[in-house]
Amino acid sequence: MMNLHAVRAIFRFEMARTWRTLMQSVISPVISTSLYFIVFGAAIGARIPEVEGVSYGAFIVPGLIMLSLLTQSISNASFGIYFPKFSGTIYELLSAPVSTPEIVLSYVGAAATKSIMLGLIILVTSGLFVPLRVAHPLWMLLFLVLTSVTFSLVGFIIGIWADGFEKLQVVPLLIITPLTFLGGSFYSIAMLPPFWQQVALFNPVVYLISGFRWSFYDIADVSLGVSLGMTLVFLAVALVIVAWIFRTGYRLKA
Amino acid sequence: MQDVISISNLSKTYASGFSALKNVDLTIHRGEIFALLGPNGAGKTTLISIVCGIVNPSSGSVTVDGHDIQRDYRASRSLIGLVPQELSTDAFESVWNTVTFSRGLFGKAANPAHIEKMLRALSLWDKKDNRIITLSGGMKRRLMIAKALSHEPQILFLDEPTAGVDVELRRDMWQLVRDLRDSGVTIILTTHYIEEAEEMADRIGVITHGELILVEEKCELMRKLGKKQLTLLLQQPLSHVPTELVSRGLTLSGDGSELIYTYDTQDADAGVAELLKELAAAGIHYKDLRTEQSSLEDIFVSLVSGRSKKS
Repeated sequence: MMNLHAVRAIFRFEMARTWRTLMQSVISPVISTSLYFIVFGAAIGARIPEVEGVSYGAFIVPGLIMLSLLTQSISNASFGIYFPKFSGTIYELLSAPVSTPEIVLSYVGAAATKSIMLGLIILVTSGLFVPLRVAHPLWMLLFLVLTSVTFSLVGFIIGIWADGFEKLQVVPLLIITPLTFLGGSFYSIAMLPPFWQQVALFNPVVYLISGFRWSFYDIADVSLGVSLGMTLVFLAVALVIVAWIFRTGYRLKA
Repeated sequence: MQDVISISNLSKTYASGFSALKNVDLTIHRGEIFALLGPNGAGKTTLISIVCGIVNPSSGSVTVDGHDIQRDYRASRSLIGLVPQELSTDAFESVWNTVTFSRGLFGKAANPAHIEKMLRALSLWDKKDNRIITLSGGMKRRLMIAKALSHEPQILFLDEPTAGVDVELRRDMWQLVRDLRDSGVTIILTTHYIEEAEEMADRIGVITHGELILVEEKCELMRKLGKKQLTLLLQQPLSHVPTELVSRGLTLSGDGSELIYTYDTQDADAGVAELLKELAAAGIHYKDLRTEQSSLEDIFVSLVSGRSKKS
């Protein structure tokens, strides 16, 4: 039988950390996203014509949400599991009658919940800057949830792998942020020269942003089926890695 | 007495190749206080960590109240509370929240009344809303105990519970451990302080170089290996022990100026008063006397150093 008390305890504990660090967890990403809107949407965007029938300011909304979603999912989940390792309190988790799925559900669930909340806050905030429409709200929510869960799992893996605070930052800064910027956050892949369009297809974030943007404006760089399929593949890969970590005790148990 | 923990042929070799435990067999009786003594690096913490699920064993088996710690980890872990050696806490969390968290983590529904009772018993009630970072070292140590007891475990592991704790708090901790034992909790503690084991333990295990070299009732251990010596400084040196006193097992020092009587520490009827009368009757007079008693520390040091020489 599932240890629901444990899942609830960890989930609440992690969410409590969010409220304690409201400035860092919520307000800071909202401010930085607003700055993107001011710079790219109002200042520069005013000089850029519409992209596939959508104003440039509105076009970048899904990409900006995705940028925050990816970085915050990773950051929340990696810190959530790394900090107990760093402080030594991980002993309690390892000695508790809690299964791997319960640990993952609670930590990743809390990190993903925070990201989804943040994504929705940024969505509302962006409505203050640009006219918004969401053509397929359920698909939008589905991509929001799948992306948050997948990248929270990635963050969880990074948190277990990291043996210092520096490593926590390496993957988001050196891999995720560049991939997101180059994955069509601020432009359509179709705007690239043919060669770079092909190169861009190796960037997994392209599929996430494309599917998410389709849910807003019915425009996509790749088909919806491919976007959804690739998102599910990332989710499956992350789950397999997490299962392996707990089976072997990698960086958790001696 | 019923066994609550059974450890069989347990070994642990770390990835570095270091062999921390070698074929350890041990049973812990329900309701006892068991002290595990050993020098640094002997394998005490590894042994505890395996039973609690923090370290994977290389081979062997452990059952807790009949539940295998790997196959049936939920049942076994829910019976155990662990107070680790390090003061590892969530510095920015409040006392109340961290103890409530621990209870939930171990699968128990919230019970504010139990947590209040425990915090009061550990003199932490007036600090319940304080952040952990503001607590003193002694308070943090008590908080670790509160967390370990939050889910009402039947077995409590205390890894060096009084390391770095002042004398007064150490006495309070001992009393707390005794109270817990009286309430039916089985206690397993590791300690560097021999005095602690001598004061509290029902049974003692000595571990060194990953091998459990001795497990014995404390009183039996003291009886078997402990001894007391009465040394009489004679007014006149003797050339030999008088025949009427040979049966007492007396020995003479090299120069004949001291008469030495060795007897069991636990022997209430060692007959010291009788011996002194017999000496007086035999015309042997002494100008002074002294007694020496081997402590558990002497026993421990002789056991461990003897083992080190062999290895």
